[in-house]
Amino acid sequence: MSDVLLPSADMAYSTPDAQGFYGPYGGTFVPETVIPALQELASNYQEAIEDIAFLEEFISLLRDYVGRPSPLYRADRLAEAVGLGAVYLKREDLNHTGAHKINNTIGQCLLAKRMGKKRVIAETGAGQHGVATATTAALMGLECAVFMGVEDIRRQALNVYKMRLLGAEVVPVSDGQGTLADAVTAALRHWVECVEDTFYVIGSALGPHPYPQMVRYFQSVIGSEILGQMEEKQIPHVDAVVACIGGGSNAIGTFYPFLRDVPVEKRPLLIGAEAAGLGLDTDRHGAALTKGSPGVLHGFYSYLLQDDAGNPLEAYSISAGLDYPGVGPEHSYLKDEGLVRYETVTDAEALEAFALLTRVEGIIPAIESSHALALLPRLAAELGPDATVIVTVSGRGDKDMDIVREAGLGE
Amino acid sequence: MASEKRGHGAFSSDASTAGVGAEDASRPSAPRAPGEDSERGDAPGSRLADVFRQGRPALITYVMAGYPDRATSLEVLRAAARGGADLIELGVPYGDPLADGPVIAEAAAVACAGEGGFGLVHAIQVAEAFVRDPGVEHAPPVVAMTYMNPVMRLGLKETAERLRAAGIVGVIIPDMPPEAAGPWRQVSDGIETVFLTAPTSTDDRLAIVAAASSAFIYCVSAVGTTGERESLAAGLVDQVERVRQHTALPVAVGFGVSTAAHAAQVAAIADGVIVGSAIVKRQADPRQVETFVRELAAAVRC
Repeated sequence: MSDVLLPSADMAYSTPDAQGFYGPYGGTFVPETVIPALQELASNYQEAIEDIAFLEEFISLLRDYVGRPSPLYRADRLAEAVGLGAVYLKREDLNHTGAHKINNTIGQCLLAKRMGKKRVIAETGAGQHGVATATTAALMGLECAVFMGVEDIRRQALNVYKMRLLGAEVVPVSDGQGTLADAVTAALRHWVECVEDTFYVIGSALGPHPYPQMVRYFQSVIGSEILGQMEEKQIPHVDAVVACIGGGSNAIGTFYPFLRDVPVEKRPLLIGAEAAGLGLDTDRHGAALTKGSPGVLHGFYSYLLQDDAGNPLEAYSISAGLDYPGVGPEHSYLKDEGLVRYETVTDAEALEAFALLTRVEGIIPAIESSHALALLPRLAAELGPDATVIVTVSGRGDKDMDIVREAGLGE
Repeated sequence: MASEKRGHGAFSSDASTAGVGAEDASRPSAPRAPGEDSERGDAPGSRLADVFRQGRPALITYVMAGYPDRATSLEVLRAAARGGADLIELGVPYGDPLADGPVIAEAAAVACAGEGGFGLVHAIQVAEAFVRDPGVEHAPPVVAMTYMNPVMRLGLKETAERLRAAGIVGVIIPDMPPEAAGPWRQVSDGIETVFLTAPTSTDDRLAIVAAASSAFIYCVSAVGTTGERESLAAGLVDQVERVRQHTALPVAVGFGVSTAAHAAQVAAIADGVIVGSAIVKRQADPRQVETFVRELAAAVRC
């Protein structure tokens, strides 16, 4: 068990409260039909994470199936290129299925099995969470259906094919814009119909309580490993830790152990990178924290891109995984409290960072993760040439080949 | 609006009471004896309570405000009143209607797109126009059915003030469970808040919903979203019975009540019959709505 670290029981930073609120954010805003299921889930989740046998199974799968711990790689050529003293990459892209998503699906599917559910459903945007859920369902012998917007199905054909190969049903969602938000709505509606025998595996740190807390727990292996690896590699000082934010699961998984286990005076800057799409002055972006206002969507209260009547707006990003009008509730809390800084990155900046990492390090990152990488030159300007920055590379870019080719990279 | 960081104060003051499982709400209250008045629902002068005091089951018709347009939806309200509706549930169009099936979701999408953005404020205006001039002598009262976010966006207090000013007597907010209703209750004096039970509700949940509801209980007949179904849910009789064990309030049944025959079946076991999608799909033609409501009213009263 020693290689894979989970958060300690120290409770210095303690959110959410018993009702799933992070300050004013989070909570449970769903029809009555699913409330009993959420309560059942919350109590089963709590029991599971206090059960050594469950944790041992989770940790052993993370180690032997996912391939954890993921390396903390010192990217010297990248550091030189952006003008920083040192850059470390947390290589979630090296996980089985190529992204951080599988940390969470292993945890939730184990919980589904423990609760006696035979079937799981999931929503997916880029397809990474869908592939991770389909993979885990195959591993555990669970029936699986993945809801995916028709636009995303078009953008991410390879992942659709993978999910089908893995035995999952991919359910096309043509409502709305046919992207992630529509897939979440469709999955929630479907869940209302079959809540008694189906487990809904939500892919990000969002949704009604206890999902944000549960996803944070399963993903916090990322940040816990980073803390261990900093010690192991004797990294004396880290100035900033950066992750991209769509719903915000790789970011909260990265930040949470720092928030909880590192005293504020010793804590590096924690920075989330939201998608600015075509620019914040357009209506084509996904920057809920930066440009949104608080509201309820998909069962929780958080910053949200919405119109004057309270309808959710369409989000946009070149990366399907950041293309969501809301954001996990804990990030809203962290923003208001000033505990995490949130910046935005345009499509163009993300593509530039994508190209740079690919060329100087031979690592092809997901476009989502490229949003985090794009902050490095800014941090060099802010923190100086001796600063040390850690970036979580949430996934690999194989799925994005068509998109970057369309954008003209490598031509 | 983006500068109002704390969500218009909706939860900043009272977050601890707003989550599921809040302690004070989790204690089941003792079931009321049949006939025993509840404090809120049977308050003298409550127009909503009167709906259920006619010695027969009430017909509750759902109409989507702004669908297919504002003027027609107002005519539909008058048509429903002429047809014999006892209570009108006015749907507020919303872009992500989680509890609604395809008929209402599509109508909502059409309505939202109207007038360059038709929402809660406009729906309240439609209700107000109806209340002022219902076109019948004894007009049915109006309750609003809205999702939580339009209310938060307008502001809880502002919403309550506008509802009162328009003469809307109650609200149904399907994604606001009782535990999340604290902030709304603080500002909504004079407006009845009706909560929903589901087939999946445990006895503990039924007790919580019963304790929170005023005027009546909205009993969701089937798991899933709103919409027409070929037959009523098996076990509906038991379900209504189970709800009654926790409340003396009237119990109205909705979701899937599509025909006059369904309405008659539900009327035999419940105090109110709620018909939604089957009306919404006729809204383009108010005369059709009137005819249909007349059939439903006859079925409920026979």
